[in-house]
Amino acid sequence: MKRPDLSVEIAGIKLRNPVMTASGTFGYGEEFAAYVNLEKIGAIITKGLSLKPKAGNPTPRIQETTGGMLNAIGLQNVGIDAFIEKKVPFLRTVNTPAIVNFFGNTVEEYAELAERLDKIPEVAGMEINISCPNVKHGGIVFGTEPKAAYSVVKAVREATIKPVIVKLSPNVTDIVEMAWACADAEADALSLINTLTGMAIDLKSRRPILANVTGGLSGPAVKPVALRMVWQVAKAVKIPVIGIGGIMSGTDALEFMLAGATAVQVGTANFLDPAASERIAAEMEQYLVNNGITDVKELIGALQV
Amino acid sequence: MQFKATIISNQEVSPGYFRMRITAHPELTGAQPGQFVMVRVRDAIDPLLRRPFGIFDVGTVPSEYPGCSSATYLEMLYKVVGKGTETLSTYHHGDHVDIIAPLGTGFDLGDPEEEKILVGGGVGIAPLYYLAKTLVGRSRVRFFLGGRTRDDILCVTEFERLGVETYVSTDDGTLGDRGLVTDVMERHVREDGRKKTIYACGPMPMLKAVAGIARQTGTSCQVSLEAYMACGMGACLGCVVKGRDHGDETPDYRCVCKDGPVFAFDQLMWV
Repeated sequence: MKRPDLSVEIAGIKLRNPVMTASGTFGYGEEFAAYVNLEKIGAIITKGLSLKPKAGNPTPRIQETTGGMLNAIGLQNVGIDAFIEKKVPFLRTVNTPAIVNFFGNTVEEYAELAERLDKIPEVAGMEINISCPNVKHGGIVFGTEPKAAYSVVKAVREATIKPVIVKLSPNVTDIVEMAWACADAEADALSLINTLTGMAIDLKSRRPILANVTGGLSGPAVKPVALRMVWQVAKAVKIPVIGIGGIMSGTDALEFMLAGATAVQVGTANFLDPAASERIAAEMEQYLVNNGITDVKELIGALQV
Repeated sequence: MQFKATIISNQEVSPGYFRMRITAHPELTGAQPGQFVMVRVRDAIDPLLRRPFGIFDVGTVPSEYPGCSSATYLEMLYKVVGKGTETLSTYHHGDHVDIIAPLGTGFDLGDPEEEKILVGGGVGIAPLYYLAKTLVGRSRVRFFLGGRTRDDILCVTEFERLGVETYVSTDDGTLGDRGLVTDVMERHVREDGRKKTIYACGPMPMLKAVAGIARQTGTSCQVSLEAYMACGMGACLGCVVKGRDHGDETPDYRCVCKDGPVFAFDQLMWV
């Protein structure tokens, strides 16, 4: 039998399969190169980038929870200058699209980053982070108010001709409203969900475990919430949706596609299985073979309700 | 590298402390003392993350079957503290775990002419055994190990068998000298003026005390840190510690997993 077609397209970025690595869980790609064949996955999404290097939050920054983990890294990153100098050369050697996730403190900063990233040939697309729950400025303000989201996305849109993906926060009353605002501002695609705000408490010390008090919950524990939100948003907008949230297996990924996702991102799974993204793509292919499906695109939004 | 390991043995060496020997990839014989492994305890989502363990020992044993090549093993020494280690403690010969190793940067073995002072607290002696094994024969090695009580003093015989001079102290005096291991170590460091290197692993207050002694006496010193970590390869940035140049305006975070777990003491901020 002919091998099934796993390729999909997000805003003009051609992916050999729908599996990308979620920002913040895969460094700049290089860190995982010894454990995963980067040319077997759809795309690499790099660690959230800012104009200046960012220190991040005090420690402890992570805590395992039932079926998930909390993190409050606080967007520690090398800044765009070091990214261009030290990280881009590696991305150049990999025959897989690199999508750069970034954030700013102001609309102007978002636009400036977009303008600079626009000039880098190795950058296939951009993912705007308006949804990190762990920093006071730099995202979440823009990710919870539709008007603010609109203004950021619009400014980025005008600063680049490259594909623009907006990563949405689940920590909102109505995620569809946020999706509409981004689509109105001419985002090319939406990715969801970022982490859910949570906390962990140490009974012995009667104190929060994370120095930041709250953190972002990810991992299998958030999958049902993510599936619901992807389903709601995919029905409501015409642009492609990328599903994220607790994907550990090919089955999980395909469930997101049924809910309406064109592609998926693997996050926390990279930590416990550095080859997770490659394995998940292989498991998706095997499912298609086993079920006589010739094209993965047949499954997008095929959920029967 | 990542490999499936078979458990050869898993023995409780003291109440709550276990020593596990597993099969290992032959390349592991090249691991440096101080490097660590990430263990996926179960192929399930609870516990979810891998657990980091210092390499206690690596070696080869002749195969049980004539004509077959020798077998590589790796040992971990661990304390049962939570879900991951509790699960690990129930495993027996023939069970499997998934391993990523070797990770991190190890100890710098330094000048063979210098005396080596090893200081370990409780289960913090774990990476020091493989270090001692590598150092003996090259340098004079003295080992100071401490714990709250006699149950926290592990594997003394193993160190002695290597030919290492071993000094034990406990907080409650139930084994060896009564008092802090760092006090005993300090006396020995100060007693003669010869150049030495200190290697330490254990709880943070102990490491702080060791760093203080190293600073006061002008002794070179390397510490091996423990930290919660998710990935073990420098991607999640969950395990960072403050480097010596850290300030509000000059962030200097170092990843325990990738920049460490071994650091020269003067590379870190100790306050």
